[in-house]
Amino acid sequence: MSAPVNVVANPDIQQNPLLVQWISIENDGLILLRSGKVELGQGIGTVQLQIVADELDIPISQIRMIAGNTDLCVDQGYTSGSNSVQIGAMALRQICAEVRLLFLQEASRRFKTPVSEIQINRGFFSHKASDQTLSYRDMSEAVNLNIASTGLAKPKKNSTHTISGKNIQRPDLLKKIFGAGFIHDLDIEGMLHGRIVRPPSYSAQLVGFEDCNRNMVLAMPGVQVLLVCGRFVGVCATREEQAIAAAKVISRHLVWIENESLPKEHPEQAWLKNLSSQDSVVDHTHQSVEPAVQSLRVNYSKPFIAHASIGPSCALAHWENDHLTVWTHGQGSFPMRRELANLFDIGTDNITVIHADGAGCYGHNGADDAAFDAAMLAREAGAPVRLQWMREDEFSWSPHGSAMSVQIEAGINSEGKIIQWNQQIWSHTHVQRPGMAPGLRCLAGMHRDPPAEQLPLTDFAMNAGGGGQRNAIPLYELSNKSIDYHLVDQSTLRSSALRGLGAYANVFAIESCMDELASLAGQDPIAFRLKHTTDQRARNVLECVAKKSNWHQKKNDSTLSDKTRGCGIGFARYKNNGAYCAVVIEIEVTERIILDHIWVVVDAGEIIHPDGLINQIEGGVLQAASWTLKEALHWDQTRITTQSWDDYPILRFDETPAALDVHCIDMPDSPPLGAGECAAGPTAAAIANALQDAIGIRIRDLPMTPERLAQAVMQA
Amino acid sequence: MTQSAPVDFSVNGKPVQCKIDPETMLVYFLRNDLKLKGTRYGCGTGHCGSCTVLIDDLPVQSCSTPLWSVTGKQIQTIEGLGSPDTPHPVQSAFIEEQAAQCGYCINGMVMSLAGLLKKTCHPSDEQLLQALDRHLCRCGTHMRILNAARRAIAHIQGATV
Repeated sequence: MSAPVNVVANPDIQQNPLLVQWISIENDGLILLRSGKVELGQGIGTVQLQIVADELDIPISQIRMIAGNTDLCVDQGYTSGSNSVQIGAMALRQICAEVRLLFLQEASRRFKTPVSEIQINRGFFSHKASDQTLSYRDMSEAVNLNIASTGLAKPKKNSTHTISGKNIQRPDLLKKIFGAGFIHDLDIEGMLHGRIVRPPSYSAQLVGFEDCNRNMVLAMPGVQVLLVCGRFVGVCATREEQAIAAAKVISRHLVWIENESLPKEHPEQAWLKNLSSQDSVVDHTHQSVEPAVQSLRVNYSKPFIAHASIGPSCALAHWENDHLTVWTHGQGSFPMRRELANLFDIGTDNITVIHADGAGCYGHNGADDAAFDAAMLAREAGAPVRLQWMREDEFSWSPHGSAMSVQIEAGINSEGKIIQWNQQIWSHTHVQRPGMAPGLRCLAGMHRDPPAEQLPLTDFAMNAGGGGQRNAIPLYELSNKSIDYHLVDQSTLRSSALRGLGAYANVFAIESCMDELASLAGQDPIAFRLKHTTDQRARNVLECVAKKSNWHQKKNDSTLSDKTRGCGIGFARYKNNGAYCAVVIEIEVTERIILDHIWVVVDAGEIIHPDGLINQIEGGVLQAASWTLKEALHWDQTRITTQSWDDYPILRFDETPAALDVHCIDMPDSPPLGAGECAAGPTAAAIANALQDAIGIRIRDLPMTPERLAQAVMQA
Repeated sequence: MTQSAPVDFSVNGKPVQCKIDPETMLVYFLRNDLKLKGTRYGCGTGHCGSCTVLIDDLPVQSCSTPLWSVTGKQIQTIEGLGSPDTPHPVQSAFIEEQAAQCGYCINGMVMSLAGLLKKTCHPSDEQLLQALDRHLCRCGTHMRILNAARRAIAHIQGATV
């Protein structure tokens, strides 16, 4: 049986208690789903269709889904944190169970027969004995969905699902592979094209823009609007290329004063520890006093990482009679509406935010900012504006995943058990999303005149999943641990949520250190991990990945030993309450690290869309491999110097592994868990551990580029 | 804007006369004038490949191709390659493999692979990797994309044997 959904505890149902807020029956017989969770390229739309179809006994083709429209959909906050399935889809399942029961009861009244004698098939309620049939539409006027969820109806048993648990084709791909399908493709009558000219650096102050140059810009072909408001400078033109040309000219004629406000870049992110921080205890547990017989003290780091989506941030905005409509590919239409209301000092009733699919979203990227930019320009233009960022805007002005430094001091006893674990984490914040707290977080708000007040930097608390301290507590059984988080609140590069937040660096550090300790103890890395966990699901994925990858045979068979090849493991349970993921990576080392074969075993609870789950895991692994082997943003003390794909190489086709095998352990009786973020940390650690295994060299600072590899080999 | 001589070429088999500034990059004309939105703008600098179209059967990045340079040429976009009812074998293969996450980069790759298959029905794995070398995928869908490419090749070979 499906895990029961606690209505009182499910925040999405609490926020949107009425059934009709989620589901209604359309006049044409279709079932309208008003989702607050939006498609980000992760396939959540497909999962929701499967859940609704199963729970209501209707074919997927009978569902019409709209998502992220503030006038029509439920408010489910942000689509983030691997919560869409864990919380969002489970709320939807419960709501559908209640809707189904209400219709079943209505059918029972009309058929004058008990509920137990009614069959539902493909949207039709039938009673065989009396040969009666009714559809959802036939009864929709009699069934009141304008009532609050009670939690009384129970979702179906998993064993009776006919659509969940099976593979279906993602409907959105059918549109996208044949033409339009993205926000970038929207077209409104009379629409202008907008571009923003951003300051050249974070603290740059605009000190001059000559009238003659303004006039020259306004005289350029197609230019309709030039907005200079504080440091917020934008232009609109009739044609897109005209707006781009005008933005280039403006950029040449703005006079800025810049200063060296950034710390000096450092390959081990040492600057993080020199800045001011807010310090908090993550976990201090001391259960025994035993001296370590062997110990180590090591530091791991990761640089700033860019979202680097292939499509640029884009938005459309239109003001009509003081009502603002914004189309966005952001992760939260409702929080965006709050921030828009704040930015323009108008009521949320005067704003409609509509989600449209964007290119891959891996967290808080430029999508939100683009929406505020578009609204600013559209107000000035008095016409609809389609606003798009340029590639260099993405690297310079989007929030990035924060650089992090993780120091671990650990020791083992004579039996090779870990008896000491001290972990210190330095990071900027991983959450500066708009609309979550009072004040303005968007670039438009910070750059316009008067600028919004700089808000104090905070991060997610541990009970909200944690930001920089996400996954800071090892899942392993450790009798003593001191884990502290130093939230670096002196601002450098703009940072916010990027896939996995602090989990990527923390898991990379913990899992690298586990191998270092296993080596001190003279134990096999997987055996060493198993020795420190009694969590059966953790043991299952570790044992399964060892089997799938022939781990023990590889490690024991000396004929297979080759000084350029190695195998490494990485494991974590995302947020310590999400999906379990173990990764084994076999590499070959030349002048660079070549990924050869990757095995992944995941336990994400009940599986709703198997192929979608595998796709998310594959993507999580390869994106993390790209971060780990190649990626770092660069800056001088004034500006971000990364401007193009030349400066920011990502994984290419000739760098992919020969094979990537993903095995998902189905746990039909456990709640389904989000899986988009669970693989990143384990992948990074598996690569570092494989390198150590291959050539005896450990790299603790990311990325593991050929240059860093050469340096490490020289120093060894 | 200075009046320039119109540029004539064909798009998806239909003749087109284009009267805008001939220095304009092809991607804007395709997307904004012809409303062929399946050609995606990615970086504007020819690095990512998402704007790839076929010009006289060769894959070319339309963000870096000025209109004047396509005079008299035949351009094919994803819309001219196939439709949901009559998909091109490469499009079918991508759907069968569900070879996309966000899908933004896919159309450019589909065009490059279609171009490769116009050149040869028997591309080597090296040629296949070469065809995809000019394309970036951020979602990490590479393995599926390679599987889809191999499936399309097998399909075309099956059809031509």
